[in-house]
Amino acid sequence: MKMPGARIVLECLKRQGVDLVFGLPGGAVLPIYDALYDFEGLRHILVRQEAAAGHAAEGYARTTGKVGVCLVTSGPAATNLVTALQDAMMDSIPIVAFTGQVPTHLIGNDAFQEADNVGITRPCTKHNFLVKDGNDLGPIIREAFHIASTGRPGPVHVDLPKDILVKEWELVWPEHVQMRSYNPNYEGHPGQVKRAAKLLARAKKPVLYVGGGVISADASAELRQLAELGQFPLTQTLMGLGAFPMDHPLSLDMLGMHGSYYANMAVHNSDVLVAVGARFDDRVTGKVDAFAPHAEIVHIDIDPSSISKNIKVGVPIVGDCRRVLVKLLDALREELKDEPAPAVREGRRQWAAQIAQWKHDFPFQYEWSDDVVKPQYVIQEISNATGGEAFIVTGVGQHQMWAAQYYKFKHPRMWCTSGGLGTMGYGLPTAMGVQAANPGKLVINIDGDGSFQMNSQELATCFTEGLPVKTVIINNGGHGMVRQWQRIIYKERYSAIDLPQIPDWVRLAEAYGCVGLRVTKPSELVPAIEKMIATPAPVILDVCVDKDECVFPMVPAGGANTDMILAPPTREVRDKASKSQTGF
Amino acid sequence: MQNGSEPRKHMIAVLVENKFGVLSRVAGLFSARGYNIESLSVGETLDPTVSRMTLVVRGDEFVIEQVTKQLHKLIDVIKVTDLTDEGHVERELVLIRVNAEPANRAEILRTADIFRARVVDVTPVSFVLEATGDEGKLEALIELLRPIGIQELVRTGKVAIARGPKTRVRRVETPRKPRVADDPKVVGFAD
Repeated sequence: MKMPGARIVLECLKRQGVDLVFGLPGGAVLPIYDALYDFEGLRHILVRQEAAAGHAAEGYARTTGKVGVCLVTSGPAATNLVTALQDAMMDSIPIVAFTGQVPTHLIGNDAFQEADNVGITRPCTKHNFLVKDGNDLGPIIREAFHIASTGRPGPVHVDLPKDILVKEWELVWPEHVQMRSYNPNYEGHPGQVKRAAKLLARAKKPVLYVGGGVISADASAELRQLAELGQFPLTQTLMGLGAFPMDHPLSLDMLGMHGSYYANMAVHNSDVLVAVGARFDDRVTGKVDAFAPHAEIVHIDIDPSSISKNIKVGVPIVGDCRRVLVKLLDALREELKDEPAPAVREGRRQWAAQIAQWKHDFPFQYEWSDDVVKPQYVIQEISNATGGEAFIVTGVGQHQMWAAQYYKFKHPRMWCTSGGLGTMGYGLPTAMGVQAANPGKLVINIDGDGSFQMNSQELATCFTEGLPVKTVIINNGGHGMVRQWQRIIYKERYSAIDLPQIPDWVRLAEAYGCVGLRVTKPSELVPAIEKMIATPAPVILDVCVDKDECVFPMVPAGGANTDMILAPPTREVRDKASKSQTGF
Repeated sequence: MQNGSEPRKHMIAVLVENKFGVLSRVAGLFSARGYNIESLSVGETLDPTVSRMTLVVRGDEFVIEQVTKQLHKLIDVIKVTDLTDEGHVERELVLIRVNAEPANRAEILRTADIFRARVVDVTPVSFVLEATGDEGKLEALIELLRPIGIQELVRTGKVAIARGPKTRVRRVETPRKPRVADDPKVVGFAD
């Protein structure tokens, strides 16, 4: 049966199991919106700006494990979407983005709202397609979902010229996707797995370092088994938070630039470091020459190009984290059948004692104040109030790091943050996508006053679509992270960082039909959080915090992880910083 | 990344889907990651849905490892082979327009003869020479012609194929050797 291309697109989405689409209509995609008018079984959420559609799809994908979908028009809509695509690219989030395009005969003519969409998105997607023939619609959409969700997940973009959407075509729906040029490797090499197990069994100072790949691969259960089987201390990257419960005795919390002292020390002094679904990002390694200098490194990753990109590893294992961990568990059980050598046992005992000492001596800490709200306290109270059972989304900046440090994560797929790209404004639209995907669940967007303003228009979407996202603004009246760097590294020459208290967030919330609350004193915080959680509508909780508070510990950029700054900078630290070649 | 070896030239053969935009994906990969392409040539293979790119890239072993991995990560790339350390034949074709005053004409023809270059265009004051060979041979020819006066020079970039009976990259359905004389693409240059 023939049907218009627009209808084929919707049929394909339905067959693909898509139930939610985030989008914003426009000229080139009008045929799809027309087909959507009486199409059953697809919920469309109208966003206010296209990047928000992309971020919402990311939130949907990260928390459900399914592919997120967004749909926008040509030209400016596609270029607005680019930020979300690159964000999903850096964090390996599976989304499929549809954009409209001018009719095929006008492509290249500088037509109204034309842009070279596929040319623009080529470097910021895992793959992209321009549909030039309506018979390819089905196969291309099928491949798009296949590519987005398999191997190392990522964003895929499909560009749809208007005439293709209008003309009638046969619906072609291949049952199986077969691509000769794309065959990800899922099973780790058995020999390498065995080597890794041998190393772990004999390690005196082992550490597991786990990232977002564990979450993408749904490997948390296997990871926990591995950690408990060998009693391996475990640290998580920003993207990996939730892969392992933070209240677990083996948890070392987050590592890296703003990670815990004990995690960075443990990694630095380890003799066997097993990276699972993590990519040795510069915010994790600091100075690469000084990263885990004594360790034999095992790297488990689905993406071969992640291996030995930044740090040369001894035991590379290309494969799906879950399947490799299952094999590694078996291999390790085999190795552990023999009683470990006394030296190993003694080494492990000392290692555990050393880590406990570090944890005891240098926990995350801040100075309490009775007068002004400390931002870390806000996160702690959110963590207490939710018991780690809420979906947490953040913007980018100081509040993001405090959320990562002080929230007690329990479960995977309940944490969304822009890790790789560091996209300010990510918070609200992503939280919106999370809420739409998880109706009835508590979704809290921890945001900054700078970050939140970049997408605050989405409050309208939250209100009209009935998405009761709770936003806590850690309001320090400025771009706090920039201020922190200017304070520590640029000799307090504060430049372009002040955001005077405009808008009034409570009134802004009310203008959008949402509920606004404000906290200025520590004593008001807990009741306000309780009230926020109890409110069924979208809420902004504006918490005015100490603007001088900095995120510590901190590894200066380009510095070694052992050079952590643990407390507010002294003159000596500032002098050291000013002499640094990289300016940190 | 730690430097493990000296940078050197690598000859990389890449089989790709013959679709629009593939060249841009490959070129974009190199510019985005800061690698330099020294030469690049593209052409169809026996299977018209597959194209073969031959890339010459300079880098140490870590750079080349990343280049090959990143190339392979592109969805349209079917196979990546580093031919550098395997027995292979590499060739490049060059067209040279050289000044040909009466006094020089004989010498140019003699030089061309030594290098088995052919004259493919003649005017009273110029020759266009066509030569194929590896880099060393072509450089030598160019150096000899330079004092006479090269007006213009066009190079194709290198292509390469593995030596031996086995097709490393793709098995041909009928292993029939094309007769040199029949195949206009095969240039008559013996090894």
